[in-house]
Amino acid sequence: MKTSTKAWIGLMALAALSPLGILLPARFKAGAAWGEWGGEEIQKLVGYIPHGLDRLSRMWSAPLPDYAVKGWEEKGLKHLSLAYILSALIGIALVAGAALLIGKMLTKKSER
Amino acid sequence: MHIPDGYLGPTTCGFFYAVMVPIWALASKIVKKTLEARQVPLLAIAAAFCFVIMMFNVPIPGGSTGHAVGAVLAAILLGPWAACIAVTVALVIQALLFGDGGITAIGANCFNMAFLMPFAGYYVYRLVSGTTPTVSPRRVAAAAVAGYVGITLAALMTGLEFGIQPLLHHTAKGQALYCPYGIRVAVGVMVGSHLLVFGWIEALVTAFVVRFLQKQDPALLERGVGI
Repeated sequence: MKTSTKAWIGLMALAALSPLGILLPARFKAGAAWGEWGGEEIQKLVGYIPHGLDRLSRMWSAPLPDYAVKGWEEKGLKHLSLAYILSALIGIALVAGAALLIGKMLTKKSER
Repeated sequence: MHIPDGYLGPTTCGFFYAVMVPIWALASKIVKKTLEARQVPLLAIAAAFCFVIMMFNVPIPGGSTGHAVGAVLAAILLGPWAACIAVTVALVIQALLFGDGGITAIGANCFNMAFLMPFAGYYVYRLVSGTTPTVSPRRVAAAAVAGYVGITLAALMTGLEFGIQPLLHHTAKGQALYCPYGIRVAVGVMVGSHLLVFGWIEALVTAFVVRFLQKQDPALLERGVGI
């Protein structure tokens, strides 16, 4: 089997296994990554929400925040896991697609 | 290690965008000269691998989480400049679509994970590998050390960026405007957690893939060969 075929199979396997990235932290009661807290958490940690942080943190609202589907937050880990896998697949497709495009543009000259 | 919007003040955000723009321009220029058309699929695979491996949050029980980045592996396979482009693509999609890492912090996050990490890792890998053949066990060890050093340096830089915020921006009463933790705490936590836990994850991931490729397709580990 070609290495690239194996690599794609590997990427799909990683996407399928990706919910481990939320299930394990939940199982071991680990919080957010350090320095990646939301407003509420930071309020608890330091007693206030820094003014600039509050303002800037609201400037971008991502369509799939934290690799989740908006409105599914309350539906539990099963739904979060499903959204996580979907996010992984969408992300892999977009990242690979963009890199492919950039790579093709950059190597165009040498093919001529 | 993805700094969100709001943790870095405008000075730091602007500074790292200003640093990254010429690096991106130079990377494009160099990759244009050195990347072969047949390596383009590998560039895409490496970028996608970095994207998905960063989703595997590893918990420190009762504490925080962290993850591998894959940037050193990308640098071993493609060279540091192409790796810079691959990781940048992953980080930009993460920020725009998934809110992982801030829009304002793309410059800083790319400096840490798409520039410092692949470059440091790449040269550590070359140094430890020496003149050993591509299938040598020493290459696997070199990949592990390179991954460990690369991610820890990126974490150190991230800690510094976080940590200078209270010095740069605070209210008259001394309240922070952006990241509220100073250098000692930020660098201590970022470097400590990566030295103890996440660096080992990066080492394992990098070494595992290099070991796999030694058996599967050792030619890929010779620089300048496509998939």
